[in-house]
Amino acid sequence: MIATNKTILKLTDLRVEALSGTVLVDNVSLELKRGEVVGLIGESGAGKSTIGLASMVYARAGCRITGGKVEIDGEDIRLLDADGRRDRRGQRIAYIAQSAAASFNPAHRLMDQVIEMPVSHGLMTISEAKAWALELFRALDLPNPDTFGDRYPHQVSGGQLQRAMAAMAMSCRPDILVLDEPTTALDVTTQIEVLTLLKKLIRDYNMAALYITHDLAVVAQVSDRIMVLRHGKMVELGETAQILQAPKMDYTRALVAERKAADKLAVVSASNQAQPVIEAHNVVGIYGTFTAVKDVSISVARGETVAVVGESGSGKSSLARLIVGLLPRRAGEVKLHGEMLSADLKGRTRDELRKVQLIYQQPDVALNPRQTVGEIIGRPIEFYFNRSPENVKARVNKLLRLVGLPEDYAGRLSTALSGGQKQRVCIARALAAEPDVIICDEPTSALDQLVAEDILKLLKSLQDNLGVGYLFITHDLGIVRRIAHRTAVMLKGEIIAQGPTAKIFSPPFHPYTEQLLSSVPEMRTDWLDDVLAKRVLKSA
Amino acid sequence: MLKTIAIRIALGFLTLWAVSILIFGATEILPGDVASAVLGQGATPETLAVFRHELGLDRPAYVRYLEWFFNALHGDLGIAMTNKRVIVETIAPRLSNTLFLAGYAALIAVPTSVVFGVAAAINEGKFVDRFVNIVSLMTISVPEFFIAYVLILYLAVQFEIFPSLSTVFPEMDFSEKIFIAALPAFTLTMLVMAHMLRMTRTSVLSIMSQPYVEMAFLKGLTRAQVIIRHALPNAAAPIISVIALNLAYLIVGVVVIEVVFVYPGIGQFMVDGVSKRDLPVVQACGLIFAGAFVGLNTVADVLAIMVNPRLRHPL
Repeated sequence: MIATNKTILKLTDLRVEALSGTVLVDNVSLELKRGEVVGLIGESGAGKSTIGLASMVYARAGCRITGGKVEIDGEDIRLLDADGRRDRRGQRIAYIAQSAAASFNPAHRLMDQVIEMPVSHGLMTISEAKAWALELFRALDLPNPDTFGDRYPHQVSGGQLQRAMAAMAMSCRPDILVLDEPTTALDVTTQIEVLTLLKKLIRDYNMAALYITHDLAVVAQVSDRIMVLRHGKMVELGETAQILQAPKMDYTRALVAERKAADKLAVVSASNQAQPVIEAHNVVGIYGTFTAVKDVSISVARGETVAVVGESGSGKSSLARLIVGLLPRRAGEVKLHGEMLSADLKGRTRDELRKVQLIYQQPDVALNPRQTVGEIIGRPIEFYFNRSPENVKARVNKLLRLVGLPEDYAGRLSTALSGGQKQRVCIARALAAEPDVIICDEPTSALDQLVAEDILKLLKSLQDNLGVGYLFITHDLGIVRRIAHRTAVMLKGEIIAQGPTAKIFSPPFHPYTEQLLSSVPEMRTDWLDDVLAKRVLKSA
Repeated sequence: MLKTIAIRIALGFLTLWAVSILIFGATEILPGDVASAVLGQGATPETLAVFRHELGLDRPAYVRYLEWFFNALHGDLGIAMTNKRVIVETIAPRLSNTLFLAGYAALIAVPTSVVFGVAAAINEGKFVDRFVNIVSLMTISVPEFFIAYVLILYLAVQFEIFPSLSTVFPEMDFSEKIFIAALPAFTLTMLVMAHMLRMTRTSVLSIMSQPYVEMAFLKGLTRAQVIIRHALPNAAAPIISVIALNLAYLIVGVVVIEVVFVYPGIGQFMVDGVSKRDLPVVQACGLIFAGAFVGLNTVADVLAIMVNPRLRHPL
């Protein structure tokens, strides 16, 4: 590190409360030196984003900062008036948000948004700001930097947008960056590029950074120190290596252990290659003029988990939609127990519909907020089996127990549940139809690590007990390794490799599989440098 | 995008055609016709039949509809049955009066409502916001003639600033027309402002929970800058459609105002036509009103398509 070890950001006894009185951040103190990156890690609700925003003296609607000091260069910016705080925002301390796609205004060109900050703070003229933005676009390896700024946010890819947001944050040459899950929304291969560039940016301009994430392996690559948070309180603060190798607190140990488990290849015994329950042969799916799925064949047997992995846009969700009939296939065939299924949902019998169920990525939006859990789970029972109300009730209770929820949850609204509980309700709803196959579309990617782990365990035990088959769509290779009997790797609408999971994940690899595998961050601090060094060697 | 716009415009014409059938059908099922209205109670069935034959009313309805529709396409709205004058000639000056008044009111109402709507959004929950909300709510809650009379009472009678009678003539020059039509224009402004203002405020505020708005705040922009630069452009579509609806109302819904201020617009003409059972006149007015409604809404839809950057700049 460079010798300028001056403290640039100092949070003292920071306290943020919701208007309802709930304490979101409870007396957290943190010191950040120039040139230093501190990782804030924890599950959702741990208060890490709230701390990030509070360090800019910004609180989201319904929250307010109730105590503590936020000092930049020794000046407590909490004491400043509104204009003074605004002046510091962007100029001294800038923010990079999780979803670049949502954080760019869809109505304006990228250049206008990137130069907005220095121009409105009166730091640069429009032409100076544009020249600096072009320099940043170049430094961030954006394609066609000279014309990149003329594009609208929807016209560029997610990785490019995330880099454009880095350029936007850098536009005033701030001293401190707050990075709020900047790579979480990206594919693993894109994540590496963005991570590398952010790291370089922080080093080149000798900035300080708060790096907020839930992924220990990611934060290990960029940060010097890590602060572990839970329920708004600090659990542990230490050097990155110490947190990873010798965590002091139990909670940190659980987090580290869980993340390390993802790196290992679990022994999933190859299933008995029974008669496939559902099979797709050479299916083709087209949206307008875009072919999302090209000539794909895949099958799932009873009690078997088949994973489909690939990056966003690889066509894995479209494949699921083809199989259930939400997206009518243009060619090929889909069979259930050897019987041909109609291409369109409308042409399928009720029993055919019943046997194939879906679990979605976002449990929040997959449940009707106006219905109770009992109504949600009871509906498929009424719809498919035409049971009496008492029967439905008994069955709902049984399903709730099966997915590990108390029976009295039947009377609650789904909005009163946590993310993991909602996903359990979704699973119970799918099971209510007594399906032969459940198509799981990224069922854990919206959940926290430890919660996701529980859901995976639940799915596994349900499979052992009920013999249901899963078509498991995910971008998370760690999950695939642990639960899938067989794996198919998708790239640009095609399956490029398919076979038993152990075989797919051991050499010789398909080059794309190898790239995917090598892009998953590992739990050691030098992983990113290693990967980059290897790639440079390869291309040399 | 051009395709989307073309489809929208074609749909507009289709709607207009459907409305023309409705207008014709509605006047068909009205009890009585021109013959009975002109000849009065004492007419014998024979004279009625002869008169109907003379007017062509004894032909089947679809023949008369097609004749009327194709003539209307050529700009010929027929001849008034009561005074035998060409309808287009009578209607043209009145229509231009109506458009003048509507345009006058719109020029005041649209900018003020958008500006006040944005101001209310910027000062959400504060005095400006509440004041603007209460005043605009009051103006739509009271009957239109009431506002008209209150304005007359104060601005015409008590302070004698504007005339209370707004009868404009084609010979008047523009500035004189502006002066004479001021009171009806103000009344209309107050009637239509509330919708537009509230829609502007609500649409803008509904954008405020978007992540890019939070980003704009974190860039250190003021609330006014955030709302005007970041929220307003994304709230444009619903605002445009409410503006279009209100502009259409300014053209078709002003009968009462015309009566109060004795303004020679098209609304009074239609009411006269109805009371005299002059069906061609009623049909002509109905068609023009429908045209204004469909036309303005189509323009609004096209604009809403054009303000969407995703449609304007596809990949």
